[in-house]
Amino acid sequence: MLETLLPILIFSALGLAVIGAWRRIRLWRQGRPSPVPILKGLAAMPRRYLVDLHHVVGRDKVMSNTHVATAGGFVLAAVLMILVHGLGLAQGVLGWALLVASAIMFVGSLFVARRRRNPPARLSKGPWMRLPKSLMAFSLSVFLITLPTVGVLPADFGSWILAVALAAVVTWGLGEMFFGMTWGGPMKHAFAGALHLAFHRRAERFGGGRSTGLKALNLDDPKVSLGVETPSDFTWNQLLGFDACVQCGRCEAVCPAFAAGQPLNPKKLIQDMVVGMTGGSDANYAGSPYPDKPVGEHHGDPHGPIVAREGKALVDAETLWSCTTCRACVEECPMMIEHVDAIVDMRRFLTLEHGNTPNKGAEVLDNLIATDNPGGFEPGSRMHWAADLNLPVMRDVKQADVLLWLGDGAFDMRNQRTLRALIKVLRGAGVDFAVLGNEERDSGDVARRLGDEATFQSLAKRNIATLSQYRFQRIVTCDPHSFHVLKNEYGELGGNYEVFHHSTYIAELYEAGRLHFAPWKGGKVTYHDPCYLGRYNGEYEAPRNVLRALGIEVAEMARSGFRSRCCGGGGGAPITDIPGKQRIPDMRMNDVKETGAELVAVGCPQCTAMLEGVVDATAEIRDIAELVADALVPESEARAQPTGEARIAIKEVAS
Amino acid sequence: MQPEAQAPDAQARGALEVAVLVSIGRHPLTGRARRADQDARGVELAMSLDKSRITLVHAGVLDEESEGALRGYLGMGFQALTLVEQPPGADVIPALASALSEAKPQLVITGERAEQGEGSGLLPYLLAERLGWPMVSGLANVEKVENGVATLLQALPRGQRRRLQVRLPAIVTVDGAASAARQSAYGPARRGEMRLAEAPAVFDEASNDWTVQAARKRPKRLKIVKAASARDRFKAAAAKAEGGGGQVLSDVTPEQGAEAIYKLLKEEAVLR
Repeated sequence: MLETLLPILIFSALGLAVIGAWRRIRLWRQGRPSPVPILKGLAAMPRRYLVDLHHVVGRDKVMSNTHVATAGGFVLAAVLMILVHGLGLAQGVLGWALLVASAIMFVGSLFVARRRRNPPARLSKGPWMRLPKSLMAFSLSVFLITLPTVGVLPADFGSWILAVALAAVVTWGLGEMFFGMTWGGPMKHAFAGALHLAFHRRAERFGGGRSTGLKALNLDDPKVSLGVETPSDFTWNQLLGFDACVQCGRCEAVCPAFAAGQPLNPKKLIQDMVVGMTGGSDANYAGSPYPDKPVGEHHGDPHGPIVAREGKALVDAETLWSCTTCRACVEECPMMIEHVDAIVDMRRFLTLEHGNTPNKGAEVLDNLIATDNPGGFEPGSRMHWAADLNLPVMRDVKQADVLLWLGDGAFDMRNQRTLRALIKVLRGAGVDFAVLGNEERDSGDVARRLGDEATFQSLAKRNIATLSQYRFQRIVTCDPHSFHVLKNEYGELGGNYEVFHHSTYIAELYEAGRLHFAPWKGGKVTYHDPCYLGRYNGEYEAPRNVLRALGIEVAEMARSGFRSRCCGGGGGAPITDIPGKQRIPDMRMNDVKETGAELVAVGCPQCTAMLEGVVDATAEIRDIAELVADALVPESEARAQPTGEARIAIKEVAS
Repeated sequence: MQPEAQAPDAQARGALEVAVLVSIGRHPLTGRARRADQDARGVELAMSLDKSRITLVHAGVLDEESEGALRGYLGMGFQALTLVEQPPGADVIPALASALSEAKPQLVITGERAEQGEGSGLLPYLLAERLGWPMVSGLANVEKVENGVATLLQALPRGQRRRLQVRLPAIVTVDGAASAARQSAYGPARRGEMRLAEAPAVFDEASNDWTVQAARKRPKRLKIVKAASARDRFKAAAAKAEGGGGQVLSDVTPEQGAEAIYKLLKEEAVLR
């Protein structure tokens, strides 16, 4: 009986899956066009999955192995099952291979089940809780129905009751695995995820590359509404990306805004976009909600607004404004979903079309428009802090090896100390440098993250025009935000530069033997990775190398490197200032406290300001440039008395 | 301070026609053209009125700089702005008067004074004189408009307020005490339309004889506060300049009032 039933079951499940796939693709295609190479993408997909995706998944070894067994077993079992039971090709090894595949899958599903026994808070419940059972139903029933096929059991083994029961379990398994895959069950992540990898909007991310700069908004056509108002305003491959979410909640676990109790949860945001794309309410969402926002009160449809001017729609504006754009969620997402792009797209609409940037947002943007700096300071006073330093200005010298980009920290008294230290270091190393002086403008970072693409592009174009007048080899800056924007976001507007963060440049100078340090006499030191230096630009080593050169052993925080926790200062978050239960910098200083460090080395004016704003902190905050400047000794002195600890490497080579 | 619900008959007569006169502002630090702060507050005040139909009116030159500033007003959520084009150096009062008498708004809102040009603050007065409408200065709010009478809240120094009633049509100017203008959004700003309106251009003859020079920052006399208590210090710090002398006349005949004013002008050597 099963021999006749199985092909019918398999092919009807496959048929339904194809119909579901077609419907799903139609949902994605509601989005705006986005040209991607279809065939090339599909060809690249297996490698992207096996290498890039598993690189992220592999950070959790148990889950990674579980997934390899379950997914690998399933893909193999599904293909073989179609051959063996669907087409009746049971000869030879195929049947045995199917037995092995389904057994592997069954073992994998046991681990999935174990994980679901006491699932961590970040995992979604609901339909996801039945997934291990479905996986087991599929793998076990396939295994059992294959036993007679390969001749281990007689074909007429058991009674018809057993056959009916087995057929029912097979139907359940096929339903979840084939039908559910394209009709919105938990297995949807496999179908959408595979295509998402193939048609990803940042193909450069794969194969070890990096793509973190925001994409420019086309401002040429005045008739077009700017940014994303409705779910269908996203590009189709963004919608596809949202649909790929597997609700593992890794983003939720690392999100600083979520931890601070601000109304943002990256996972819920992505699920809300899926709700918007399909139409309906978020009542069926089974994960952690936005802090203090009950589930079931928001609803949306593909062509309805995401954020309502008044009342509730799909998402509240404060959810979007809570994000610090620290990119921890993107870094952690095994499906390579681009949360920050989506948030900025929606912010663009709120700022450029609604004129609704919260709190100090409007004031900061007005200042940027009128004075080219967010504080509204007189642009001619940009160099007042350096009145006694006699800095070479590009307008006078026309060319230099290094263009020192000061950033808006030039107006901030705290950052002026860092800048002075950096000047001392550059002079100590005999670097030929110059500054733009009053010709420098804000890089446009804050304007862009607040959604004001028009002001960003205006600032960027004027900065590019200014820079084009002078000759320099490289730009050095102590502000990772300017660094990122100059390096990764000016290119699209015609400005391509070699840009260095000061920590990278100091490390280079030290390696070239142009800096000499006195040995470190202070206490324990930890290092805080700025998001825009680390996750955005992959620079984790240079600052640590500089600290090592100073003779400092870094006591790492639990969350450091690519998992570093944001200081709360990025993405205009201090400007929009959405209230939460605690402050993000307070949490970060607690991380510092746990290491027992007396000093935190930082490399970003925003981080300095945020972390120094913490009351009753247990550690001092010093920029790397300040530490280097303090330890600096002139070359003559360094030669006269070669200090053991400070230059160990050199000494060993010399002797 | 929300405007109360309008009387049914006012609703029946339809929306309140409001015209806001907007000028090209000038940023105090960089001198870049922008929407003028007080005029933008005027637009905000108009937008806060219940059931109003708002027209933005500007008289002046249209060039790249001024267009950017005018679009700043459109970005507050308007589809169009009426532009009474005038050559440089024209006296805009006749042009505005003709445009307003044609459009017949019930309420005209404007800032106290322009941020550039003459900036004498006389425009609303001259316009009111020419149109024969009442004029109220320094508003913080328009509380309600009922049966052709507007209840206004005038801002006085030190946060004091005075409630006034005025029969419409009228011209009012807003003070810095009125609510700050909303953010100007880029999208609507660049989509907004400039509707050109015809008006005679009258050249400002008087300005020929003037010499114009950049304002100089004058030294400011330091105020020496000899305060005994924190309260006195606070009062001194928060105080706006106030005339010391003067007299309040109430319940006097117009003749007596005029006489008193004439006497004061003589004393102050304004009239000779």
